[in-house]
Amino acid sequence: MSPDNYLYLAAALFAIGTAGVMLRRNALVAFMSVELMLNAANLAMVAFASARGNLDGQVATFFVMVVAAAEVVVGLSIIITIYRTRRSTSVDAANLLKL
Amino acid sequence: MISLETTFAPVLATGLTSYAWLIIAIPAISAAILLLGGRLLDQVGHWLGVAAVTASFVIAACLFGYQLMSDESARAISVPLYTWIAAGTWKVTAGLLIDQLSILFALLITGVGALIHLYSVGYMAHDERRRRFFAYLNLFIAAMLTLVLADNYLVLFVGWEGVGLASYLLIGFWQHKPSAAAAAKKAFVMNRIGDLGLTMAVMSMLALFGSSSFTAVNAGAEHLDAFWLSTIGLLLLLGACGKSAQVPLQAWLLDAMEGPTPVSALIHAATMVTAGVYLVVRSHAIFSISPVASTAVVVVGAVTLLFGAWIGTSKDDIKKVLAGSTMSQIGYMMLAAGIGPVGYAFAIFHLLTHGFFKANMFLGAGSIMHAMDDDVNMRHYGALRKVLPWTFWTFAMGYLAIIGVPPLAGFFSKDHIIEAAFSTSMVAGLAALIGAGITAFYMTRLMFMTFGGQQRWLPGVHPHESPKMMTIPLVVLAVFSVIAGAAMNAWIQDWLVPAAGNHPHEIEWLPTPIGWLTMLLVAAGVALGWYLFGRQPVPSEAPASRNPFTVAGRNDLFGDLINDTVVVRPTMLASRGLVANDDRVIDGGVGGLATLTVGLSNQVRKLQTGQVRNYALTMTLGVVLVGVIVILSQLG
Repeated sequence: MSPDNYLYLAAALFAIGTAGVMLRRNALVAFMSVELMLNAANLAMVAFASARGNLDGQVATFFVMVVAAAEVVVGLSIIITIYRTRRSTSVDAANLLKL
Repeated sequence: MISLETTFAPVLATGLTSYAWLIIAIPAISAAILLLGGRLLDQVGHWLGVAAVTASFVIAACLFGYQLMSDESARAISVPLYTWIAAGTWKVTAGLLIDQLSILFALLITGVGALIHLYSVGYMAHDERRRRFFAYLNLFIAAMLTLVLADNYLVLFVGWEGVGLASYLLIGFWQHKPSAAAAAKKAFVMNRIGDLGLTMAVMSMLALFGSSSFTAVNAGAEHLDAFWLSTIGLLLLLGACGKSAQVPLQAWLLDAMEGPTPVSALIHAATMVTAGVYLVVRSHAIFSISPVASTAVVVVGAVTLLFGAWIGTSKDDIKKVLAGSTMSQIGYMMLAAGIGPVGYAFAIFHLLTHGFFKANMFLGAGSIMHAMDDDVNMRHYGALRKVLPWTFWTFAMGYLAIIGVPPLAGFFSKDHIIEAAFSTSMVAGLAALIGAGITAFYMTRLMFMTFGGQQRWLPGVHPHESPKMMTIPLVVLAVFSVIAGAAMNAWIQDWLVPAAGNHPHEIEWLPTPIGWLTMLLVAAGVALGWYLFGRQPVPSEAPASRNPFTVAGRNDLFGDLINDTVVVRPTMLASRGLVANDDRVIDGGVGGLATLTVGLSNQVRKLQTGQVRNYALTMTLGVVLVGVIVILSQLG
């Protein structure tokens, strides 16, 4: 099986995710875009695993999913905290971290 | 090369002579007690000071008696004390050398010193810091004895610095007067230049001979090449010029008269300022075979003797006249020391007689100031002969001795120098001869302005003769001013041969043609002095003068101006240049670098926008960049 099509799809998903992170102001959408990028990577690894006929890529994908689940917990709680103090989830509004 | 076959190696001290170090230790300990004792000793401290110096004098006299009784080969005694510096193979021992030369100095220092201590008891009676004064005087005596009794140049240097310190402390003794404080500082700084010369000379000796002891230097000098001989000789001369106030380092001596008068008598007339002459005579092995160095000594001596005499003619301050005269007389000694083995004994001879008559006159001047409420201006004196009979008669003996009236002390010693100078060089001889005439003139001027003529006393001044405590030392010194010349005339040359390496020659008791010529000039000087200052009344204000000789003399021959122009101002300019360099170039460089860093940082800081999406963009671009590089390197 040729992984080409899966890889094209993964690249497209990754590009969409990257663009989302860079362009969207809403923190939740940017967060979802990060998840999209992670899953693009997952897709690529699964495709490679299938093409090579071993399980290495699939094992790595599980790790990514676990880490992503933990990250979502932390990330969402940060976003909620920011929303509580600022009444906004715009990433441009939280720009105090500068000299 | 001059063979020194008459020199005997010093014999090791045995028995009582090995305690000779007490001569230095006693005044040193006394100084320490006086300084540490505090107010407890205010009432008796001065007597302790007098006793310490007297004890030193007794020891010196005993040693002298011992030398007189011993055989000529056993007269020079060496007293090793302890190892001072031991570093590997290099070793310096501290020790004393009591030979025919140093014992004469020790006697002069302690003898005249004891008299001046006694005089100071009376002179400083009303000074509340008298105890401290005596401590400094004792310190001076100890340091001066270290200087002359040392057996090597390094220990000599310790004494040399010690007398410099004592001189500084005593010139500035009345430190509440800004002029005294400034004079002390000036003396110290100018001496430092001379000390530099001596230091370099001693270091050269250590490098060349491996030792700075007189014996090693005397033995090694013969094998030295001409360059090092001249260098060491000239460096020693620089040291001598500083300490002895010789041209070009003469300017401090006149200001040093700010100190109490006994200090001027002891340090700045009789003893310390003659240390330069001692140094030259002590280093005779170097000077006698280095024509460059000995010629330089003659030139310095001849110039200074005229220079000092010139200043003496124009000053109205009695102490400054005497200070100019001191410079001039030390010039004679330097001249004698420079003309070689013929003159060494005469230099020391004149040094001793000068020690007596100049100390006598300085103490006389102190007695006069005591009577005149510390006024030093001779134009406010006049007619003091009847009021101060003791001072007048003793001063008169000093006066006759210094101008060289036979058979007083100065006649013999100065006459020998003038003749020896003529036998070496016509110019030096003429300088010495003219100097004798000028000496007669300015001393006559001083006598007439002080003791003769009408009263020109300031209102409220009631002169009175000084107490016995002050007149007794005057009488003793006056007696020595009269007899010292005749007493030592025939003896001193042969006595000094082993220590000074001089060549004795026949002494004429009757004046030679040059002697007659000298006396003629002296008579002319006296006559001129009488004509200008004795015959007619002296104005009590110094008349304005446009005579260039007078103007130059009143301004110390512009010595300060020359120092300012040649040394002080260029130094100040250079310092200002260095300060500007420090401020602009060095600080500017460092500051500029800091400003540049701040500016660059301010530019870089703008990258930190606080915009999360900006950071995301930067990261993405970075990843892309890394990816591109990895791919390109794979291709390559």
